[in-house]
Amino acid sequence: MNPINFIVALSAILFAIGVLGVLTRRNAILIFMSVELMLNAANLAFVAFARKWGELDGQMFVFFVMTVAAAEVAVGLALIVTIFRTRRSTDVDDLSQLKG
Amino acid sequence: MTMDLQIILPVLFPLVGVLVNSFFGRRLGERGSGVFASLMVALSFGASVLLLRQLSAQPHTEGAHGLASQLFPWIQVGTLSVPFGFQVDQLSILLMLIITGVGLLIHIYATGYMHNDERFPRFFVFLNLFISSMLVLVMGDSFLMMFVGWELVGLCSYLLIGFWFSEIKNSEAGRKAFVVNRIGDVAFVLGILLIFTTFGSLSYTEVFKAVEERGAEVAAAVGTITLLLFIGATGKSAQLPLMVWLPDAMAGPTPVSALIHAATMVTAGIYMMARSHVMFELAPTTQTVVGVVGGLTALVAGVIALTQWDIKKVLAYSTVSQLGFMVAACGVGAYTAAVFHLLTHAFFKALLFLGSGSVIHGIEHNPKTATHATGGHGGGHHQGIDPQDMRNMGGLKSRMKITFITYLIGGLALAGVPPLAGFWSKDEILVSASQSNSLVFWLLAVTAVLTAFYTMRQIRLVFFGEPRSREAWHTIESGPQMTIPLVILAVFSVVGGVVINWPFEAILPAHALSHWLEPVLGKLEVAHFDFGMAGIFSLLAIVAMAAAYFMYKRSYNETVKQEPLEKLGPLYALSSNKFYLDDIYRVLVVIPFHGFATVFAQVIDKNGIDAVVNGIGGAVRNASLVLREIQTGFVRSYGLVMLLGVAVLVAWFVFTR
Repeated sequence: MNPINFIVALSAILFAIGVLGVLTRRNAILIFMSVELMLNAANLAFVAFARKWGELDGQMFVFFVMTVAAAEVAVGLALIVTIFRTRRSTDVDDLSQLKG
Repeated sequence: MTMDLQIILPVLFPLVGVLVNSFFGRRLGERGSGVFASLMVALSFGASVLLLRQLSAQPHTEGAHGLASQLFPWIQVGTLSVPFGFQVDQLSILLMLIITGVGLLIHIYATGYMHNDERFPRFFVFLNLFISSMLVLVMGDSFLMMFVGWELVGLCSYLLIGFWFSEIKNSEAGRKAFVVNRIGDVAFVLGILLIFTTFGSLSYTEVFKAVEERGAEVAAAVGTITLLLFIGATGKSAQLPLMVWLPDAMAGPTPVSALIHAATMVTAGIYMMARSHVMFELAPTTQTVVGVVGGLTALVAGVIALTQWDIKKVLAYSTVSQLGFMVAACGVGAYTAAVFHLLTHAFFKALLFLGSGSVIHGIEHNPKTATHATGGHGGGHHQGIDPQDMRNMGGLKSRMKITFITYLIGGLALAGVPPLAGFWSKDEILVSASQSNSLVFWLLAVTAVLTAFYTMRQIRLVFFGEPRSREAWHTIESGPQMTIPLVILAVFSVVGGVVINWPFEAILPAHALSHWLEPVLGKLEVAHFDFGMAGIFSLLAIVAMAAAYFMYKRSYNETVKQEPLEKLGPLYALSSNKFYLDDIYRVLVVIPFHGFATVFAQVIDKNGIDAVVNGIGGAVRNASLVLREIQTGFVRSYGLVMLLGVAVLVAWFVFTR
């Protein structure tokens, strides 16, 4: 079996774990971490396919994703910190003011 | 360029007054704004006199167009081209002099009459605007320019009738005047449109030239045009069946009644017919209609005037009646006589109105009985008697000497007693009517006698006998701002007729007015002075006046209060109820209109239009009530939905390949 398959399978598992984390966790920081996990699963898939096709595009995309993720972390953490300061909690289920 | 400026100067001066008094009226104060407004009209009068001098220097031939100036192209659409042009010829200059001259006197009078009114500057804004608009009406060089002025004076009339709008009856009178006038105006506009489609132009010169050249070929169209124009005139000049607004218009301040509703605006219809006489002469049917309507209006209004108790209502109906005389004169082709009567009527009716204003002012504002020291007129806050009801007057002759003498002069002029102004012009109309249409002649003849009767009835009730109320007892003469214009107008009412159109070839130039107007009205048959007829009518007038004097002396004084005309029974009821005209309109127009309006408002609007609008709103609201449930506020459920969405999309791409 082609080792690529294992890598993609690992990527899929990581992604699934991330999704489950986002859907089941209530702590904003953990949700955030799960999102990071999903991003890295995607990075892994990119790298695997780049190696498979012998092209650099996928690896280049990974750098982009990492940059965006870094920016996202900065903004996201800042938001979470602010929310915690005002509400003394990071539970996302408490944040339902915009309920219809 | 200088000509352009010079021609519009009379229009511009009052406009400056409008602007200055609109923006700085309060700051100028009562004296300042009144004086400024009067000064602007005086300058306008001066500019008109200068134009008169220039016009006299021009060759005096038929078909000359006087002074003209087209300032700029105004409307250019397709083949329609209307310049913003003014023209001053022998006819318009006369009206300009009346408008600015009588207007000036009335401005001066109003500074006294409106003293202490809370909206003093605004009154003069409107009055100045009126002068300007009226000048546009008579100076315009096309039917459209005339229409602009025509509508503007209608607006001013509306604003000034409802000037004391805090009382509902005044604002309703203004509205009535506005609405009734619009009915006539619709016909007027249609007439103008028809002129354009028939002749391809609206300028007087071109249209009248085309009428003369094409003659019989356009006779049918001209018949319709003149009829439509005449309906316009029945609105503005208060002829049957649209005369109902003018008596109500007396709700306005008395200077307004004198200026707009007696001397100038209401004669716009006569000006218009004289101006377009070329067309009216080509339409014999219209001429007959005009003559008969004029005659009937004169008679009906004259009969109504017999039994009115309100001092201004008598004059209002008298004005309608005299306008009927002028319209009838146009109908029998005596345009010079119509213009002549227009001029003399402007003098003596303005005089009578200002005199009645002086009486009302005296009764309302005398120091002994005034219930309010500073308030204006309007009567709303005035306790006590109705200051316009002649039943409360009497005996004012010794208390208001100047007003009495001038009023008597105005009354005699109106009644047609020689040699006052009204005698000459009325005689000219009667002679012309007798030569062309006997029905019109008899209508006017009866009216002439009635005129003398109701005039004397009024003078007797107001000035003679003993006062019939405390207010009348304490009345004193008005101030010089009010009496001086009275005296000046009285002088004109005495000599006006003789000077303007002296019918003999001796002492004064004969038929001065007829000759002066020849370039505009053409060489008309000069009505010869008929000694027999003049004698008969003078005698009848004097007899009628004497009868009125003695009838009311005997039956209406401080002890007996009996209207002698009540013995006439149904005729009296007809007259005092104003021929039931207002009631007829109420039944035929107002009540059905209200019915329609109620149906539309309560049924169609409520159940039709409102239902649709409310239905749409309700549907959106209900839909959102359902849809709001989706928005739970839980981030994780949004995430789940997103995931499902992505899954569906992926499945879509995978399985549809």
